[in-house]
Amino acid sequence: MAEPRLIEISPVTRVEGHGKVTIHLDKDGMVDEARLHIVEFRGFERFIHGRLLWEVPVIVQRLCGICPVSHHLAAAKAMDVICGVDQLPPTAEKMRRLMHYGQVMQSHVLHFFHLAAPDLLFGFDAPAERRNIFEVLREKPELGRRAIMMRKFGQDIIEATAGKKIHGTAAIPGGINRNLPIETRDGFLKTVAEMQDWSLDALALARDYTLEHAELVGGFASFPSKYMSLVREGDGALDLYHGNLRMIDAEGGTIFDQLPYDRYHEVLVEDVRSWSYMKFPFIKEIGPDTGWYRVGPLARMNTVSLIDTPLANAAREELMAAHGTVKVHAVLANHWARMIEVLHCVEKITELLHDPDLQGTDLKATGDRREEGIGVIEAPRGNLIHHYKVDENDQVTYCNLIVSTTHNNEGMNRAVKDVAVKHISGQPEITEGMLNHVEVAIRAYDPCLSCATHALGQMPLEVELLDAAGQTLDKRARAT
Amino acid sequence: MIRLIGYGNPGRGDDGLGPAFAARMGDVPGVVVSTDYQLTVDHALWIAEAERVVFVDALIRSDAPFEFAPVGPSVMHDVTSHSLSPAAVLALSGTLFGAAPEAFVLGITGYEFGEVKEGLSARAEENLRLALAFFDDWLVRSDGGFAHA
Repeated sequence: MAEPRLIEISPVTRVEGHGKVTIHLDKDGMVDEARLHIVEFRGFERFIHGRLLWEVPVIVQRLCGICPVSHHLAAAKAMDVICGVDQLPPTAEKMRRLMHYGQVMQSHVLHFFHLAAPDLLFGFDAPAERRNIFEVLREKPELGRRAIMMRKFGQDIIEATAGKKIHGTAAIPGGINRNLPIETRDGFLKTVAEMQDWSLDALALARDYTLEHAELVGGFASFPSKYMSLVREGDGALDLYHGNLRMIDAEGGTIFDQLPYDRYHEVLVEDVRSWSYMKFPFIKEIGPDTGWYRVGPLARMNTVSLIDTPLANAAREELMAAHGTVKVHAVLANHWARMIEVLHCVEKITELLHDPDLQGTDLKATGDRREEGIGVIEAPRGNLIHHYKVDENDQVTYCNLIVSTTHNNEGMNRAVKDVAVKHISGQPEITEGMLNHVEVAIRAYDPCLSCATHALGQMPLEVELLDAAGQTLDKRARAT
Repeated sequence: MIRLIGYGNPGRGDDGLGPAFAARMGDVPGVVVSTDYQLTVDHALWIAEAERVVFVDALIRSDAPFEFAPVGPSVMHDVTSHSLSPAAVLALSGTLFGAAPEAFVLGITGYEFGEVKEGLSARAEENLRLALAFFDDWLVRSDGGFAHA
């Protein structure tokens, strides 16, 4: 091969939001460099300036059409602090938790069944026209129906707790504005057992795929890294709504543990690179080269000490035991981890539905006003940080968001490079199937590129093949 | 029953035309109105029991204030992200639930989508007014009984 080349994949499909991948080949056709670019920026953090503190939990949901509840709750938690509330009434906290479990459940179900299933069922090299949800439904219609009903269950939980499926208003600074009527609770109790059965079936699907394709999973964009998530205070259990920060290294060693999340800025900083609007966070003490880390479902399985629901805990132990290493680094194991979390959410929802606190009437606490608040939550895609300062007129003067996809930026870029080197280097011809391998690696993180650049709506993502002189030799772009 | 889904992001200027249309519809007998950010797989279930479906979205690059056209199911509109096209939602609903509602897309022309801001542009507001008037008339003509409240 005489000339170096560049491959461009645009947009990367079946992710939320759009971006572009460029792969530079040297004159021997070997991958020289591969990058995931996020090319648009719309400045949500500036948009929020001047807004009143009580409206922030509602407005920030417009960051994302897929995980608005996560932004709603993270912002509400930050505003709790600003309102001087460190402890919510039990009804308020449990209503928020119920809302969050509904959100994580429905988000993971959508990703697994509708976005990842075509790759898992038909293979990464299958013809593009076959790798879509309609082909999945043709082969497994019952799977598709269940996925929609499971997602509906999660959405109904959100509606009952947040007031609306989209743009809920229930979480307010210092509490919640509603409880769960007994008749609504009874409606959920009629179907939650079926949801648990279906969650177990989905978990078995994800587990079996991972085990039956152990060689592929073990070698596909799999590399060690550090991992971070919230863990429950005291025992380090999985806690998607609240806790302290834990960061571990690839062997499970502690980097920091039980760190109150309002000190995140003491340990994390964000790097900026000229070719992407998405920032690159890293651990301040270690530096950008080796201080990067990953978040998300698999990261949570790695960081936590246990899961406090029995079925999900047993499933996590099986996941960890199956990989033969102290921590699991295979990015495709994220699907298994997601289904463990779906099961955990259904178990927690069941537990909460039986808790009379959900019908309590003490909904809001008050305290002494503060100028600054930080709220952190484990969103479906991973750790989500909201940080605000508010002036004496209750108007926002400062906002910083670190979303899950931004935490994973370095990991996704390394995954792109890993797959490009293994599947594209030295190949005489670049096929659509090869490029899909790159997309599969990105998709495994379930990135939300809209959130990650704090933009709204969608942004196209492409893959481009460039020569050493920077000339585009091949380009893949799909209309959306 | 008619299911009307107005979708788009009200935090992105004229992209909020769909939800704004739904909000200003008011209560109309026989019409179930809902809004969302974008169409997703869930909407396949929403429309499964409807006789007719109207998808209301913002329209880009049109000389007309609005466009109203029938739409049918199509699997050619691949599921490339969390967001689906009306044709893909109809195809999913047919595949999963055997639904085959008569369906239409009402696209209302917008002009300002790039900035993070709430509220419609003046020209989009005018197009919205025209689209609402048209839809009132269409309801009466097409069903002989519905009237915009």
